[in-house]
Amino acid sequence: MTAQLAPTVLVVGNGMVGHRVVEELASRGLTRTHRVIVVGEEPRVAYDRVHLTELFEGKQASELSLSTRDQYEAWGVELCVGEAAVHIDREARTVRTRAGDRTREISWDHLVLATGSTPFVPPTAGQDLPGCFVYRTIEDIEALRAWPARVGVVVGGGLLGLEAANALRGLGVRAHVVELAPRLLALQLDDQGGALLREKIEALSLVVHTGTTVRRIEPGDGRAGVGRVVLASGESIDADVVVFSAGVRPRDDLARAAGLEIGPRGGVVIDERCLTSDERVHAVGECVSFRGGTFGLVAPGYQMARVVAATLGGEHARFDGGDANAKLKLLGVDVGSFGDHQARTPGARLVSFQDTRAGVYKKLVLSPDGKRLIGGVLVGDASAYGALAAAVASGTPMPKRPEELILPAREGGGGGLGVDSLAASAMLCSCHNVTKGSVVDAIRERRLSVVSEIKACTKAGTGCGSCVSLLSDVLKLELTRAGVEVANHLCEHFPASRQELYHLVRLHGLRSFREVLERHGQGSGCEICKPAVASILASAWNEHVLDKRHLPLQDTNDRYLANLQRDGTYSVVPRVPGGEITPDKLIAIGRVAQRYGLYCKLTGGQRVDLLGARQEQLPAIWAELIAEGFESGHAYGKALRTVKSCVGSTWCRYGVQDSVALAIRLEQRYRGLRSPHKLKSAVSGCARECAEAQSKDFGVIATERGYNLYVCGNGGMKPAHAQLFLTDLDEQALVRAIDRFLMFYIRTADRLQRTSTWFATLEGGMDYLRSVLVDDSLGICAELEAEMAAHVASYRCEWAEVLADPDKLRRFRPFVNSDATDPSIVFVTERGQPRPARAEERAADPEALP
Amino acid sequence: MSDMNRWLDVISIDHIDPDTGACALVDGTQVALVRVGEGDTVYAIANRDPFSGAYVLSRGIVGDATGAPKIASPMYKHSFDLRTGVCLDDPSVRLPTWPVRVRRGRVEILLEASLHAAA
Ligand code: SRM
Ligand SMILES: Cc1cc2nc3c(=O)[nH]c(=O)nc-3n(C[C@H](O)[C@H](O)[C@H](O)COP(=O)(O)OP(=O)(O)OC[C@H]3O[C@@H](n4cnc5c(N)ncnc54)[C@H](O)[C@@H]3O)c2cc1C
Ligand code: SF4
Ligand code: FES
Repeated sequence: MTAQLAPTVLVVGNGMVGHRVVEELASRGLTRTHRVIVVGEEPRVAYDRVHLTELFEGKQASELSLSTRDQYEAWGVELCVGEAAVHIDREARTVRTRAGDRTREISWDHLVLATGSTPFVPPTAGQDLPGCFVYRTIEDIEALRAWPARVGVVVGGGLLGLEAANALRGLGVRAHVVELAPRLLALQLDDQGGALLREKIEALSLVVHTGTTVRRIEPGDGRAGVGRVVLASGESIDADVVVFSAGVRPRDDLARAAGLEIGPRGGVVIDERCLTSDERVHAVGECVSFRGGTFGLVAPGYQMARVVAATLGGEHARFDGGDANAKLKLLGVDVGSFGDHQARTPGARLVSFQDTRAGVYKKLVLSPDGKRLIGGVLVGDASAYGALAAAVASGTPMPKRPEELILPAREGGGGGLGVDSLAASAMLCSCHNVTKGSVVDAIRERRLSVVSEIKACTKAGTGCGSCVSLLSDVLKLELTRAGVEVANHLCEHFPASRQELYHLVRLHGLRSFREVLERHGQGSGCEICKPAVASILASAWNEHVLDKRHLPLQDTNDRYLANLQRDGTYSVVPRVPGGEITPDKLIAIGRVAQRYGLYCKLTGGQRVDLLGARQEQLPAIWAELIAEGFESGHAYGKALRTVKSCVGSTWCRYGVQDSVALAIRLEQRYRGLRSPHKLKSAVSGCARECAEAQSKDFGVIATERGYNLYVCGNGGMKPAHAQLFLTDLDEQALVRAIDRFLMFYIRTADRLQRTSTWFATLEGGMDYLRSVLVDDSLGICAELEAEMAAHVASYRCEWAEVLADPDKLRRFRPFVNSDATDPSIVFVTERGQPRPARAEERAADPEALP
Repeated sequence: MSDMNRWLDVISIDHIDPDTGACALVDGTQVALVRVGEGDTVYAIANRDPFSGAYVLSRGIVGDATGAPKIASPMYKHSFDLRTGVCLDDPSVRLPTWPVRVRRGRVEILLEASLHAAA
């Protein structure tokens, strides 16, 4: 290009689809041949709106981000966030923008409108009262979350409304859903599906009001803001928060003012090239109107983004209307609808299956000749969604008896429409337009073996996530074809996973590594399988880890019941349950430290670490500590570590329960419990959460009515917020829930898998966990409780037992043939305490080997 | 039998638990004696973990890698072939080893040979 400037593409809106336009331009190299400018009104780079609700589950706003400024810079795209387009001049080909009180004009050759939509708030008296919210942006969510409430009304029983209701429930708010239509999810479900969903949702103590609407919102008596919601039916609800999610309206005001054609239900009219009535102006995403309809899902928007980029690149591409397929998990209920789910095609035939006991409803819509699937609805069990939706898209012929596809699988009967039957052209991931063929190619060519690699290579599965189970089916099939065993072996000595071994150990009553190895393994073992089996044996039978047959299995920390330090010395951490300690005991710890010259430090687990103990000093140190009333703190074990606590209601002016007492009881109950990885816990006396319970494997937060239990949190390398598991429990119910949770984790986790990573692998997530541990869907809860009871009853302090057993004691000598102390350990003093000497500080390494 | 004289008597085999290591101080040198299985198979390897500089190898876990007897350092889990001293995770590193034999329940070590092995 000589004198001519590169053509300018101006994208208005940096939402999900506007961002995708830029990605598509970049992937075609068009960001190098064009000047691309993006203005977005929101204060941040595009983020994943679809997963907005996860902000309630502990996700940080930054984790939703779809990109970074650096990425835009690398593409050479000018990104201006916090800047809104306010006027389009089509004649002059300019757009006026405003950022704060600064305005400017931007010239363009091609304009792409990606302004999305705004929440629709039906005109309602009182809709501006404090406590009324919409649900569209990160800022909306943050405001909602900060508003304290007990009872909430969600206006709208569609996808978004149910999601909002669930979020409120997670905040401990009792939620009412008000839907104008006679059923929930009016757009996605038919009457029967809607009724079933309603039943399931009401069982979760949500109140559903269908066929009515909110007439007015009234302020409360005491405080400013929402106090009562009056329905058109005359009913009134004493609510203190209202969330409007009664659908969205395309943001077409700019286009309207610029004289572009607008659709009958709003939205900028586009053709198949995603061009508006002006050849130079494209529009994409939720702000468009296509063949008279608008869109509320992201996948069609992504298809439009691709069409726009292709068109600008001179390719021939057509938008075909996308699909309104959706698979969701709403309040724990799987719901899927795809294709012509309302059976609008004349002559369409229906096959349906219903089991109200199990809460399952499935419907298939077949073409008039019955040969092809054209749509369907699944409620309660949407496991077939991916395969069925793909069959619709690719026109896969139906089997002779289509009902087989939705009937519950019979014993032995495979049935169903496996991924195998799908054509290569079948779309597996509609968010990213990835076909079965391209997934298979990626697996074969790049030798992929896990789903995360497929995601990384093809992007499939990284949008709404509904295709992930399909991806894993394709992967399994391909691996099996390639003769690869899909295995999760512990190590070369055990062709079995930790879960399998745990099961076998319990089932056959195996009590030693030798028995396990002889029956299920080969070779002599290693540093991977030995500690893993040791941990399994300890979880199952709780025998002393230093018993002769268990000794060779233990990692060094367990072998010396202390933590190995960098110089070969050990640290000692007595248990201080709940972090509560008497002055006498503090003094006793100090005395022991003084006597043995130990370095003292307060740990992150609310107790005292005594470091620099020589191996041979450990028994004497422990003898003194035990005499002072201490016991092992298991800081060395993959076992329960600490249950931290805050001061709680005894002292704190905000506390609502005695968090210290509960923490002590929990620590004493679960002490010594060996598990796949360490376990940490905390109890906070109120929602201020000073004990950081939401970062623990199991954490308890006191409420006015009892305790909320959070599970599967993690600090450490990859922090994860714990998730709310159950609310307002009394102590008995709390302990029962924790018993079950811990034993189920111990049963099913992989070796060295913390609860948070274990949780991430649980298909079905929190709902699955609740179904197993609360509803007892596997019928194992009684067993889990009995196993825990056996553990609690068999607890003994490991150190006290060592001191009573001369055979165990002798193993703490540093040398088998000498009473000398290890000359390689050298300390120097720093800040009044000993610490290991650094290499340069040692006079001379007493016995440096060549 | 001049050869016999260089074998140093260290300890009764009963003092080393099966499938574990124990550290012996032999002539001022820290030697990890590693007993594989329940019988008389014992290896001698330097007790100093070369990756951390700490004298801890005897406290590691004993096992095998595709049949080769090994011990994994408790510090950073490097494995060493008990027969050769070669680090299985980094074959450029090799620890001194010494010949060992068990006579009438006593563990004996041929220390002089270490000079060759370590060289
Ligand atoms: C002593 C202590 C640091 C301190 O001075 O405060 C500590 C020390 C060690 N931590 Fe820790 N951690 C200590 C609290 C924590 C905490 C904070 C807490 O518990 O509230 C965390 C983050 C919370 C969590 O675990 O979720 C923590 C996350 C880790 C991790 C990362 C775990 C993860 O899931 O990512 C490791 C590595 C591992 O376990 O694989 C680790 C490993 C270690 C080891 C065992 C490293 C090692 O292999 O030698 C350190 C042992 C030192 C010793 O001998 O005492 N330590 N460590 C703390 C002992 C607490 C206690 O009283 O028992
Ligand atoms: C809570 C929630 C859950 C959802 N769940 C799902 C789901 O499970 N599956 C699914 O497919 N879809 C879901 N959606 C819908 C999905 O998020 C949207 O379809 C998607 O975001 C549409 O993308 P878009 O770019 O068209 O609009 P948006 O993402 O809304 O982006 C439009 C952007 O343009 C900006 N903008 C508007 N006007 C201007 C202007 N004049 N100047 C500059 N910038 C402007 C807006 O601020 C916004 O940032 C969900 C939405 C929400 C809110
Ligand atoms: S953060 Fe690292 S260095 Fe500090 S105690 Fe934990 S493991 Fe050790
Ligand atoms: S279909 Fe949404 S991620 Fe694949």
